[in-house]
Amino acid sequence: MRANCWSGRNTVQVETVPDPQILNSRDAIVRITSSAICGSDLHMYDGYIPTMKRGDILGHEFMGEVVETGREVDTLKVGDRVVVPFPIACGHCNACAAGLFSVCENSNPNAGMAEKMWGHSPCGIFGYSHMLGGYAGGQAEYARVPFADVGPIKIENDMPDERVLFLSDIFPTGYMGADMCDITPGDVIAVWGAGPVGQFAIASALMLGAERVIAIDRFPYRLQMAREKAKATDTINYEETPNVTELLNEMTAGRGPDACIDAVGMEGHHAVGPIHAYDRIKQAARLETERPHALRQAIMSCRNGGTISVIGAYGGFMDKFPVGSLMNRSLTIKTGQCHVQRYLRPLLQRIENGEIDPSFVVTHQMDLEDAPRGYEMFKNKEDDCEKVVLKPQGGVRAAA
Amino acid sequence: MRTNAVQGGADEGRSSPERQLADFVGWFSLALGVPQLTVPGRFARFIGVHPDRRSRTWTRIVGIRELAVAAGILTQPRPVGWLWGRVAGDIKDLTLLAVALESKRERPSRITASMGAVAGIMVVDTIAAISMSRARTRVTEEGEVEVRAAITVRRSPEEVFAFWHAFENWPRFMAHLDSVQVLGDGRSHWRTKAPLGRIVEWDAETVEDRPTELIAWRALPGADVENSGVVRFAPAAAGQGTEIRLDLRYRAPGGIVGSTLAKLFGEEPEQQAKDDLRRFKQVLEAGEVVRSDGSPEGTLASRRLKQRPAYPLPGNGAAAQEKTPQAAGRTQP
Repeated sequence: MRANCWSGRNTVQVETVPDPQILNSRDAIVRITSSAICGSDLHMYDGYIPTMKRGDILGHEFMGEVVETGREVDTLKVGDRVVVPFPIACGHCNACAAGLFSVCENSNPNAGMAEKMWGHSPCGIFGYSHMLGGYAGGQAEYARVPFADVGPIKIENDMPDERVLFLSDIFPTGYMGADMCDITPGDVIAVWGAGPVGQFAIASALMLGAERVIAIDRFPYRLQMAREKAKATDTINYEETPNVTELLNEMTAGRGPDACIDAVGMEGHHAVGPIHAYDRIKQAARLETERPHALRQAIMSCRNGGTISVIGAYGGFMDKFPVGSLMNRSLTIKTGQCHVQRYLRPLLQRIENGEIDPSFVVTHQMDLEDAPRGYEMFKNKEDDCEKVVLKPQGGVRAAA
Repeated sequence: MRTNAVQGGADEGRSSPERQLADFVGWFSLALGVPQLTVPGRFARFIGVHPDRRSRTWTRIVGIRELAVAAGILTQPRPVGWLWGRVAGDIKDLTLLAVALESKRERPSRITASMGAVAGIMVVDTIAAISMSRARTRVTEEGEVEVRAAITVRRSPEEVFAFWHAFENWPRFMAHLDSVQVLGDGRSHWRTKAPLGRIVEWDAETVEDRPTELIAWRALPGADVENSGVVRFAPAAAGQGTEIRLDLRYRAPGGIVGSTLAKLFGEEPEQQAKDDLRRFKQVLEAGEVVRSDGSPEGTLASRRLKQRPAYPLPGNGAAAQEKTPQAAGRTQP
């Protein structure tokens, strides 16, 4: 089959690799009809995620049709249309039983590697480095899906792929970002990053009853999407108004937002050149793994006693963490890779009820063969790129 | 059965003898590195070498190395590699001094004295490195290597005990075990893969058997590798299942040298015991050992160092499934 493989920093190549096979009795093989490029794929593309190997198939946001099932899979049958959640979770350990699917205790065969870096290991993830399992990803014609009796959700409506595909990651991730804010009516929520996850965090915060949602980014087209599609009430372009904290204070009469969502993660930017350069250089020299501008600003901006919800991906160790602000002002940090399995059904319900149409983030559709071009466009924000969906079986429609 | 280890592993006390020795060596490196880097000419003269440009450069290089090694030794909890690095450095320093002795006969007596000093510190470094690597693997008073590991499994102590109690089940999660055959009368026959494709076999007997609590076994006299083990079960708090604590002891063939050599070939007994428990947990909770493209045999210490790329295995996947993991053997039941 054809698959998009990581082949070193800033390089992906579509290569011919063997077809996947059932390796465990709870596996299924899925013929992939749609597979998106995620912002976190760029962290690997940019070379900031350790334990990548040349040839690793990328991609963890995919859906398709079941073509084969292992002998223990009794919930799915050949022909079923499924969306696959990105965290691989066994469904039977203490973490899964508590609904903490992204820290499943059994799905990472390389847990020892993650323990070296993080103390304990989270779950395995499709196409997301060897320390998170060494699983082939979904930017391919087919994928092997472990624990297929627990993860994938069957889609029984005839909605187009783009409307349900993002249940695999970014919609639940954004939703969990808002969910962790424990929103009460009247709350003001600030969201750093108006990429695809940020858009869903904004939309979800409104769904959960926030009165005002402020989107912060530096690309006008992304802020426009936040305003028009995700329905953010306010937007801040931090390159035009660098003092974001002050502006947020002004908007909230000095209190600060009730909760701040970091939907940026490890490769943030800062409007002030030297500050950006400081972390950029330290990161390039591997003296820290993060450029945590969004997280620092979110902490400094949040109201006393408020919540910081971190859904942007971080890898290792950050510098200049404002722990004094966090401690002295009674802030709470909540975070995690999304426990997608927990949100699949309720969010599919919201899509089917017409409360949200997640396809609004899609700006580009491409053939799988064009994945390298898709990565470049997404990375460099060319052509107002927000979200690229790859079509491994062809059938790309004209540009959205 | 005693469980107190004479030399605690991990971070049990910064002030253990091997730690104190490592600290001494670390500070010594720092004390050497600073003048070598800052006043290389005077340092060269002190050790009896003519302070020309070449010797100053070499002194600086050695100084940088000393500082790096000092940082490694003083900051790492178990700096075995860094300590061996010092020994390697000593060998290199001796070579450099020998070269100096050949080429310039400025103050040969000084150089010879310096070489004597380096040789002396090399002995200390070697002792520090060996005692630190011994501390890495627990060694009991009887000279047995002790390996411990623990895990929590979401199954009742009854279920966990029953699974362990059926010795034939062990090869399903113990990566290096080929087979266990129950002979009856509390005895069993074990087969395991050892390095260089050798097969090691022995008979073992159950020495203690307390349902839902404990199973202890030991190899019968005459085994190639003397070994024993005990696994304990206790209910985990708040209905989280069962806590399993595994304690294995063996007399490594070739003693500490043998186990150091084994480590050079990627054998980490502690990690392997942990991996085996992880595989056990997978079998009980998830149904079988979990496989990925990078680790097709499932959790395996030796696989961590040489991952396959994460794309599908060629050929017949079912065959891959049946394949028993091949890795250099471990001396445990």
